[in-house]
Amino acid sequence: MSGPSAFCPSCGAPVRFLWSSAVQTTCEFCKSILVRRDLDLEKVGVVADLPEDVSPIQILTEGVYRGWAFQVVGRILYRYDQGAWNEWHCVFSNGSSGWLSDAQAEYGMSFLTPPPTPLPRALELTRGMRMSWNGVVYEVSTLTEAYYQGVQGELPFEYWDKSRCVFADLRTRDARFATIDYSEEPPLLFLGEWVDFETLQLKNLREFEGW
Amino acid sequence: MGSPAQVKTLSCPNCGGGVELRGYARTLNVVCINCLSVLDASTPELKVLQTFQSKERVRPLIPLGKRGKLRGDKWEAIGFQVREIVVDGTPYSWHEYLLFNPYKGYRYLTQYDGHWNFVTTLRSLPEPATSRGRPAVRWMGETYKHFQEATATTVYVMGEFPWQVRVGETAKVSDYVSPPRMISSETTDGEVTWSLGEYTPGEEIWKAFELPGKPPPPQGVYANQPSPHGEKVKAAWKTWLFLNVLLFTVMLLVSLFTRGELVFDRSYLYSSAAQGEASFVTEPFELKGRISNVELAVKTDLRNESAYFNFALINEATGQAYDFGREVSYYFGRDSDGSWSEGRPQETVIIPSVPPGRYYLRVEPEMEPQGATLGFQDRRVNYRIQIRRDVPNHAFFWIAALLLLAPPVFTTLRSVGFESKRWKESDYSGGSGDAED
Repeated sequence: MSGPSAFCPSCGAPVRFLWSSAVQTTCEFCKSILVRRDLDLEKVGVVADLPEDVSPIQILTEGVYRGWAFQVVGRILYRYDQGAWNEWHCVFSNGSSGWLSDAQAEYGMSFLTPPPTPLPRALELTRGMRMSWNGVVYEVSTLTEAYYQGVQGELPFEYWDKSRCVFADLRTRDARFATIDYSEEPPLLFLGEWVDFETLQLKNLREFEGW
Repeated sequence: MGSPAQVKTLSCPNCGGGVELRGYARTLNVVCINCLSVLDASTPELKVLQTFQSKERVRPLIPLGKRGKLRGDKWEAIGFQVREIVVDGTPYSWHEYLLFNPYKGYRYLTQYDGHWNFVTTLRSLPEPATSRGRPAVRWMGETYKHFQEATATTVYVMGEFPWQVRVGETAKVSDYVSPPRMISSETTDGEVTWSLGEYTPGEEIWKAFELPGKPPPPQGVYANQPSPHGEKVKAAWKTWLFLNVLLFTVMLLVSLFTRGELVFDRSYLYSSAAQGEASFVTEPFELKGRISNVELAVKTDLRNESAYFNFALINEATGQAYDFGREVSYYFGRDSDGSWSEGRPQETVIIPSVPPGRYYLRVEPEMEPQGATLGFQDRRVNYRIQIRRDVPNHAFFWIAALLLLAPPVFTTLRSVGFESKRWKESDYSGGSGDAED
């Protein structure tokens, strides 16, 4: 299960990778953000104390999406004026990775999808605007200004020097959704669908006292 | 990894009272139970957002902190608000409970005049549609008719919420119904949230949350209250169809198995000018088999005339007589409305339950003079009498068919009455409030 092992360049603690393609991880002991440079790990920053957790999902949570088993290996935490949400980085048994988001306990699984044509700029978007990918019509429902609050564990890309990010949420007539992340240039497109908590068959969840 | 999450207790910066956070770190705003201040739960010091002083406290029917198992999942009531709309100058308010489960998220319960709805936020967008010329939405293949649009104002808040709440905040709400479900849209600052409400009997809520006593009885008909007649109407018409098929099958069988034997057939002539007694008796004929009916048919050549026939069917052995009479009249013509006709030149009579035996018929035809002054004009009628033993009586079946129609018609009327009560409360009541549409 676990991939190559290394040592934290900051505190010397062993760093184990759950996913061999991880580009970035955090040291469990000294909270250093570590980025892979060839064979070495480079410390690029330190994670501020993460605010108290809101999600029942945690690193090492396992689940099933559309018949594919996955494991949660990392996350990005955002805050906006209506609270906080987590994007949990999930690694599937076939090596691919996706994002399980938990915003107000609404769960959605999405995948980074290269857009066939360049995405509109954030300023060009208006609520109700429609876009179509893979034959599905998506409608812009909200533009959210969020604050990157921290990272944990393994991520497929370097993600540590953000502050303010703009997200566009798009909905459909069925359970599908899209998210455009404007914190990168060019922006990133994620296509996904809402999933019921039960159908994910999650194991190794966080416990809530009394529940 | 993480230790189990625990419910935190903080203290209100306004009054110093204890403030519990049952929604863990998801809670964004919390109301101090003591001084009713709205506090910002995202800051450790619980910054005061609004000091809300209502003159009277509203007591939620489901106490906050109470847990219940509803629709397969355990939910804890953590938030409560009273919201109000004003229609034609009259305020109407309802209660909204926020339910929480740390794994499953949030649901809502709304309560208005004893009517409860279990509400879930929709993740997909309903599609605009029309239903009989009125606005509607389509969702998951079902059409929801527009019921009402109003501006809802929050007038009271308690407990905690994963979003910003303030007393006095408003949202435009639109309800679309397809009983027992309802889709609602809430628009605040241009952002639309869709939700699905499912009508839930108060008893179910009481049982789920183990509340004492009985739920308040529902008043009137609610927007998405399922009609108690809706299913009955269908069932009543189904039963009607089934009974009709049965009835006509029986009718067919009766027609097949009744003998309808012709026992008498003779033609006569009556003339009003003839001297002497008009009545006469026929030769006897045999009525066979079990006790059953006898059908007498009299066919005449009357044209714009009428005649009256007195009959008596008399048992030769016992002398028992069945007396009856029939007027036969047949008129026709043509006027400004076109051709018309009235009556028929023949009549039939069915005499029920006639025992077998030898019978004869006494016949007495009568024809009134066509006018007092024409007293001596001779009037004639040729007629033929046919008697059949054991014929199917169709009249009985038609009456039965008519009686069978009563229950479905009655049920349909009740259902229509229920629906009209439902829509009376809508924007489409057809009353004075309809003008703005």
